[in-house]
Amino acid sequence: MNKLVVSPSPHVHSGNSIQKEMKSVLIALIPAYLVALYYFGVGALIVSVTSVLSCVLFEYLIQNFILKGEKTITDCSAIVTGLLLAFNLPSNLPIWIVIIGALVAIGVGKMSFGGLGNNPFNPALVGRVFLLISFPVQMTSWPRPIPFNPAYMDAETSATALTALKEHLENIPSALDMFIGNMGGSMGEVSTLALLLGFAYLLYRRTISWHIPITILSTVFVMTGIFYLVDPQTYASPLVHLMTGGLMLGAIFMATDFVTSPMTKRGMFVYGIGIGVITVVIRLFGSYPEGVSFAILIMNAFTPLINTYIKPKRFGEVRKK
Amino acid sequence: MKTFKMGGIHPEECKFSAGKKTEVISLPKQVVIPLRHYSGKPSIPEVAKGDMVKVGQLIGRADGFVSANVHSSVSGKVVKIDNALDAFGYKNPAVFIDVIGDDWLETIDLTPKVKRTCDLESSEIIKKIAESGIVGLGGATFPTHVKLSVPAGKKAEVLIINGAECEPYLTCDHQLMLEKGEEIIIGITILMKAIQVKRALVGIEANKPDAILNIEKWAKTVEGVEVIPLKVKYPQGSEKQLIQALTGREVPSGGLPIDVGAIVQNVATTFAVYEAVQKNKPLIERVITVTGKSVPEPGNYWVRVGTPLSHVVEKTGGIPEDTGKIVAGGPMMGRALPNLEISVAKGTAAVLFIPSSESGRGKVQNCIRCAKCVFHCPMGLEPYLLMNRSEKNLLDELEQNRVMDCIECGSCSYVCPSNRPLVDYIRYGKLKVGELIRSRKVQQL
Repeated sequence: MNKLVVSPSPHVHSGNSIQKEMKSVLIALIPAYLVALYYFGVGALIVSVTSVLSCVLFEYLIQNFILKGEKTITDCSAIVTGLLLAFNLPSNLPIWIVIIGALVAIGVGKMSFGGLGNNPFNPALVGRVFLLISFPVQMTSWPRPIPFNPAYMDAETSATALTALKEHLENIPSALDMFIGNMGGSMGEVSTLALLLGFAYLLYRRTISWHIPITILSTVFVMTGIFYLVDPQTYASPLVHLMTGGLMLGAIFMATDFVTSPMTKRGMFVYGIGIGVITVVIRLFGSYPEGVSFAILIMNAFTPLINTYIKPKRFGEVRKK
Repeated sequence: MKTFKMGGIHPEECKFSAGKKTEVISLPKQVVIPLRHYSGKPSIPEVAKGDMVKVGQLIGRADGFVSANVHSSVSGKVVKIDNALDAFGYKNPAVFIDVIGDDWLETIDLTPKVKRTCDLESSEIIKKIAESGIVGLGGATFPTHVKLSVPAGKKAEVLIINGAECEPYLTCDHQLMLEKGEEIIIGITILMKAIQVKRALVGIEANKPDAILNIEKWAKTVEGVEVIPLKVKYPQGSEKQLIQALTGREVPSGGLPIDVGAIVQNVATTFAVYEAVQKNKPLIERVITVTGKSVPEPGNYWVRVGTPLSHVVEKTGGIPEDTGKIVAGGPMMGRALPNLEISVAKGTAAVLFIPSSESGRGKVQNCIRCAKCVFHCPMGLEPYLLMNRSEKNLLDELEQNRVMDCIECGSCSYVCPSNRPLVDYIRYGKLKVGELIRSRKVQQL
């Protein structure tokens, strides 16, 4: 007989792993990725492949030559970061800018803190916001959606619906176009339908819970709804707010990042409301047309505080004699 | 369908031995009967080396209130009283008896006839249970008479019978409910009389429909016993979770079931109560499940307390080739054994063989703060935080975050995608905080 293993209970495990969780996220991103490839063609392919490859490469290099710690490259989290970063970029972004974004995302956003699990901010958003501030022109010239567009950096550009909103309530795409993603924007954010499909898959796999996305979306809906009811001439309808910009992508895939979101359901409500409120304030009153990325990063900073002060409902919390 | 409110998991059920009729395992050459059960003080030996004993004879007398009598499970000659390793890894005094024949005390009623009526008073029933050495057979082996003695100022309102058997693999309670339905129901009425309640709820998980039917059938023959099917979810068999599932009441943090008027007993314990009170038979044998993915014929067996596990295994098909770990009990809360020279204790519910491919643990990775441990904790705790603070020995923070509420069910470790040993560290934290609380009490005195 073999030597017996003696260890404390439990003696079984669910078989869950970081890699499996990351793969679920990747599968959930497939619908939005297909829409991006359809509307933004070659550009979307070049930007996404560049982003994923450079994220994986930078993580590998930093782990091997700088941190020299455990090798965790196989957990697929760098692929997720790479793809999410690409989703937050316009598809005509020059390759070198994408590579800088990946370096900041992985190098500064993730590995400088010690790798997966230790980063306080969502790495893909760190990369994205760095690029937005450093290359504002390239980061806000969005290609028009043209099925299987063969053009890359020379693609014809247009303003996004949110930019149009910021100026005046004109040139807003039709509701159907917004829902399926036939509009300008970052490559992965345009299709509400595809992102919702991904959300359904994540819920089915129980990779994430509904609390954060639904709280963010309801907060934005209610807040913009109030403004719309008060003054429909100036403010867009809440449905337009839900379906434009990075809100769906942010609420479903960015704000729910395990590492940087709160650990309790109550905490998730607070976090979600915070993101929703900040997003609406930036969109309606800020100088940027879009505020989801900033809102998530700001609330990421509050996550440790939320975890410290907001506790789950304890069993037996009721009256104690 | 009813169940407890927060957290919980649903591991692969693996009830391979479900519906397998209980078989009696032949007597071994020698038994080693432990004098200490996991909870409470060891009992004081009543026999000495060289004494001849009969089946059912008292060999260890309870020492104090939280302790239980121990009876000989065989007839034969006491060879020695010495320390023996138990499933928990501790050495505790035990009585070694060489088996000679199978000679029972005449006072024990061995006829198969079911005796339905019981004329004893409440206090007489509890006394009888204490004399018969009955302990909780669900695993914690807490002396039953202690649980039944309602403290002054408290009042029992409902008796809860635990037929959940939420641990994967285990089927001993299931089988007992199928074969001894009538006796269990009589046992319930006796317990109701003992704690003076008019109502009893039997909780059985829905994956045992035949047991639910059988117990329901017998419950109709008496007053006040209701069978409630429960959604299959671990740890349903935990006292606090079961009470919530059946009554909706929440035992307060740090409290006992009696604080919400409930007393919980396992079905196997209930059967033992029937045998003790109606048949005058002390607790000397129990049903155990022998199972595992590579066990050719998983089954349920009547085994005398003190039988070495090696004998049980030999009589039930031997150790499967690919075994990497042997567990006494279920996979979630059972104890891994260093060898098979350990004997069956009153609380041993199963021998589980885990193949070597599943014996190890996955590589521990960084906590990715996915919050699965928090979502699945049935007590509403934050296992990731408790593990971290245990590692750092931050006892005050552990106590504030209610580490002592942890029931060590292992749901957190089970779901963790990073294979983190959450419950291991939390156990350590509980140990340390427990010491702290005790030392504080000593200082106050």
